[in-house]
Amino acid sequence: MIPAAFEYARPTTVDEALQAIADGGDDVKVLAGGQSLIPVMRLRLAAPETVVDLARVAELRGVRDDGDAIVIGAMTTHHDVMIDPLVQQYAPLIAEATETVADRQVRARGTFGGALVHADPAGDLPAVALALDAEFVIAGLQGRRTVPAAEFFVDYLTTAVEEGELLVEIRIPKLAGEWGMRYEKFNRVAQAWSIVAVAAVVRRENGRIAEARIGLTNMGSTPLRATAVEAALAGAPASPETIAAAARSAAEGTSPSSDLNAQADYREHLAQVLTRRAVTAAAGL
Amino acid sequence: MTAVEDRPAEAPEREVGKARRRKEDARLITGRTTWTDNMVLPGMLHLAVVRSPVAHGKISSIDVSAAQEAPGVIAVLTGRDVADEQGSIPCAWPVTPDMVNPGHPSIAVDEVNHVGEAVAVIVARSKTAAQDAVELVDVDYDLLPAVLDMEQAVAEGAQLTHDHLESNRSFHFVFDGGEAGTGVDTDQAFADAEVVVSRRFVQQRLIPAFMEPRSVVVQPQGDNYTMWSSTQVPHILRIMLAMVTGVPEHKLRVVAPDVGGGFGGKLQVTPEEVISLLVARRLGKPVKWTETRSESLMTAHHGRDQIQYIDIAADREGNVKGLRCRILADMGAYLRLVSPGVPVLGAFMFNGIYKFPAYRFECDGIFTNKTPTDAYRGAGRPEATFAVERIMDELAVELDMDPLELRRKNWIRAEEFPFTTVAGMTYDSGDYETATQQALELIGYDELREEQRRRRESNDPVQLGIGVSTFTEMCGLAPSRVLGSLSYGAGGWEHAAIRMLPTGKVEVVTGSTPHGQGHETAWSQLVADRLGVPFEDVEVLHGDTSSSPRGLDTYGSRSLVVGGVAVVNAAEKVVAKARRVAAHLLEASEDDLDFSGGTFSVRGTPGSEVSIQEIALATFAAHNFPEGMEPSIDADATFDPENFSFPHGTHLCAMEIDTETGMAKIRKYACVDDVGTIVNPLIVEGQIHGGLAQGIAQAMFEEAVYDADGNLTTGTFVDYLVPSAADLPHFDTGNTVHEAPGNPIGAKGVGEAGTIASTPAVVNAALDAVRHLGVRDIRMPLTPERVWRAIHQGGDGGDRATAGTNAWGGAQTETTAGVSTPQSALGGDQ
Ligand SMILES: Cc1cc2nc3c(=O)[nH]c(=O)nc-3n(C[C@H](O)[C@H](O)[C@H](O)COP(=O)(O)OP(=O)(O)OC[C@H]3O[C@@H](n4cnc5c(N)ncnc54)[C@H](O)[C@@H]3O)c2cc1C
Repeated sequence: MIPAAFEYARPTTVDEALQAIADGGDDVKVLAGGQSLIPVMRLRLAAPETVVDLARVAELRGVRDDGDAIVIGAMTTHHDVMIDPLVQQYAPLIAEATETVADRQVRARGTFGGALVHADPAGDLPAVALALDAEFVIAGLQGRRTVPAAEFFVDYLTTAVEEGELLVEIRIPKLAGEWGMRYEKFNRVAQAWSIVAVAAVVRRENGRIAEARIGLTNMGSTPLRATAVEAALAGAPASPETIAAAARSAAEGTSPSSDLNAQADYREHLAQVLTRRAVTAAAGL
Repeated sequence: MTAVEDRPAEAPEREVGKARRRKEDARLITGRTTWTDNMVLPGMLHLAVVRSPVAHGKISSIDVSAAQEAPGVIAVLTGRDVADEQGSIPCAWPVTPDMVNPGHPSIAVDEVNHVGEAVAVIVARSKTAAQDAVELVDVDYDLLPAVLDMEQAVAEGAQLTHDHLESNRSFHFVFDGGEAGTGVDTDQAFADAEVVVSRRFVQQRLIPAFMEPRSVVVQPQGDNYTMWSSTQVPHILRIMLAMVTGVPEHKLRVVAPDVGGGFGGKLQVTPEEVISLLVARRLGKPVKWTETRSESLMTAHHGRDQIQYIDIAADREGNVKGLRCRILADMGAYLRLVSPGVPVLGAFMFNGIYKFPAYRFECDGIFTNKTPTDAYRGAGRPEATFAVERIMDELAVELDMDPLELRRKNWIRAEEFPFTTVAGMTYDSGDYETATQQALELIGYDELREEQRRRRESNDPVQLGIGVSTFTEMCGLAPSRVLGSLSYGAGGWEHAAIRMLPTGKVEVVTGSTPHGQGHETAWSQLVADRLGVPFEDVEVLHGDTSSSPRGLDTYGSRSLVVGGVAVVNAAEKVVAKARRVAAHLLEASEDDLDFSGGTFSVRGTPGSEVSIQEIALATFAAHNFPEGMEPSIDADATFDPENFSFPHGTHLCAMEIDTETGMAKIRKYACVDDVGTIVNPLIVEGQIHGGLAQGIAQAMFEEAVYDADGNLTTGTFVDYLVPSAADLPHFDTGNTVHEAPGNPIGAKGVGEAGTIASTPAVVNAALDAVRHLGVRDIRMPLTPERVWRAIHQGGDGGDRATAGTNAWGGAQTETTAGVSTPQSALGGDQ
């Protein structure tokens, strides 16, 4: 299938890109890895007037150490994120989840920032970013602002990035103390999106779970935190029984959809099982 | 003529049996070949098809004016514009004399009957211009209720798929062993039986999903037309196009260049082929149509889709007494080339490898407002095999017998071949016991049963099951007279020709058209052995009705066992002619000549010999030729088999089921197949692997799902799950060899065996894993959700929600709008 005709701009800096967006007319789309945008354009579910391709904006690529956080450029590909030593050291959860994204070909093109701005409810990285309390640096012609993960994911395929703006980088705070992480993804074939997935980040202290942060993938129109489970686990002994009991409230406050892969009640059930498994692994049990 | 000095003393190694790498693969895999869509002709125009977004409706108006004025558009044609010349897509298999065929216009004229049906075609200077104009065609529909459920479709007072027909029933086909004299009375057998088990099985709808989407190019030259099409059946297509469009057969050449897979999905005369020819004829210009993947999934014919009501009768000791099958087979909205024949082929296979004294088969072909169904790998036989292998397990449970023991008790024993079954088929050769023993060893059956016991006792959340499928199938389609007796519109012979070139190289012309099977390699091996020429010296020509004028193409695992035999027979004729020339050149009697390794030698006269290559050159020169013999040693042959061939085998699947999530995962898969003589072990292994992948896919992954409005919601590969190697287990394969007595190669078909055999093995394994938890059935595909529901809520797992998944912004098909909103990241144009 062939996309409808569009204008094309290929800037080399963030400033140029913002200008190109401003000049691009009513309906401008930013092109990152194209792994979500191009298929939808080919199906003519989207027909932007102008496409602004970020491929040549070098400053958006790469991972750097920024003291208390690591900073991932929005245009860093899934592949580059996965193999990055800083990511592996400070946020292995991102590497683990990214490894489950699609296949090699898609990971070679798709980007960390693209996946987050796209905010596909079945996408793997939003829940991970949420569990890691990531911060999103958004640039507009008026300057830059930083949005916490809790405010970034607004609705189905909708984020805090406004028209005319760009996501430029994602800051992942370094965690102090003894943390364990696990991404439990449930899908039917190897290269597919999550039916449900759970990202667990757990800090252990003296045989207890001091803190647990749990991100849920595809349990609503945005990624969610399993707050009831987090509350039940805070300060609880790190035992299989407590974790199993806490995980039973994983679906509280969620509103999963019903589709070919799963009806809502089954998704709720999966969330509980996967939360138990993810927390158990993250707690080192 | 000098004899060649350095000839090896020993006969060359036999080609048949060698694991040759396929000579065609390099060009196919790298794409350095002419796929239809690669064809570019001067002045070529491009077609795009406007398709119905509704499942059932009257076309109240079509406005094409905006499309007609769009840049680059040459013409826009509606069904009305071609109503007088488009005829009907042919159905070549009227399975009963009173079969109802509603007629199948290539472009809908008054009424649309499934989503995706063509309503207009755009002709433009570029593919882009054609595609842009599709959205400009304005069609109004008066909606009619859509018929989507077969059981409702046959109920009293049902809505109609075609409102000019009286019912949704196309045909009612019966085979009754009692009436045919092949068995005893079925009702009596059931009345007398000690045990009767009845089940309803659902064969979900599948999509062939070949790798290369369909593509057609037509070039008019005066009143001649050449069509290139990505088809399995160039010969059949030529005849049918001539009959449908009135272009005389001799003015029409059809070419299937390299074709990227078909699986039965390209055994068709498609609306788009007819439309392309009509447009080329009308405009006098070359045209091309190539489908998109979503068009392909939505409109290329589908497969399977049956509801099966199966009753089995037995005594308490486990001796089967009777089998009764009532089938509802979904034809979709129209009858295509062999749609009705698919379930009818199955009629002769439901009894499987067992000695049922009584058997009755009844099938209703049903119309629904969905894409038509037709052949898909196995066509009728997977459905039959599934039913019998599943019901045997159910009977074993009822009798509290080991499923293998029950099978053993009832299957045909090795010494009973050839065996005429209750369905009237004569099974040619085999040994089910030996294949089963080997398969049990391959999979490590006893250890697995032990592990299963441990997991059950410890209440392990992951349970283990072992499933059996001891299958046979009929293939090598087919004896022409049998096809005739089943009212099929053509014969089942195959043709081949061999041309000896002056330099000693060999051209083999075959009527079976490959689309990925490896004909060029296998035929070269056959010919190399028969003519004693090097494998590399053989070129195989195929798929062009001008160079390969006679043929019946490739389907039904027929190529080797029918087409390959024609090649062998032609080679024998070449040798016979060459022998006469050799005798002349060597001044000897034909009877005194030995032929070995490509050389004729005079018995008892060392050094007096001539090679077949030398004979080829001598024939070309024709200076010194036998008196009265025409100067040619070329030959052709047409082979019509006497019987089908009946490959068989035992397939075993070990399945792990995570009872907490319902996730099913194949732990081990072993199979031992008997496909007769193996010409190329690598090709056989490849066919088995691919076949297993598709059979397992039916059991676990694939399903064409329609929503309540008749939209195909599995309209992309995001939702129609075709497994990759990463999703499949390692396969442990083996063979036993019982030569097919019906052909000189001794081979049986292998193309469909893996698909036919594997599906019930997988489902039986899943049930074996969780039966102790109260599960009696799980519907295919075994999605984790269905398995989980069957375990925790009872029933067979139920219907799936029909909405497409939300990944990709809900992109589904081109006709079901996505669910992206104006605020969403992708913007909302729809
Ligand atoms: C076959 C296949 C399988 C997949 N499987 C998975 C999977 O299992 N899990 C998973 O999580 N994902 C999966 N994906 C999606 C993949 O991760 C995509 O790469 C990702 O969702 C989008 O990233 P992209 O760089 O390709 O973005 P694009 O497609 O280029 O853009 C996506 C959207 O984000 C916007 N955008 C991108 N970058 C920016 C920016 N810097 N600022 C503002 N807006 C921006 C675009 O305008 C567009 O609307 C799969 C994709 C494919 C094709």
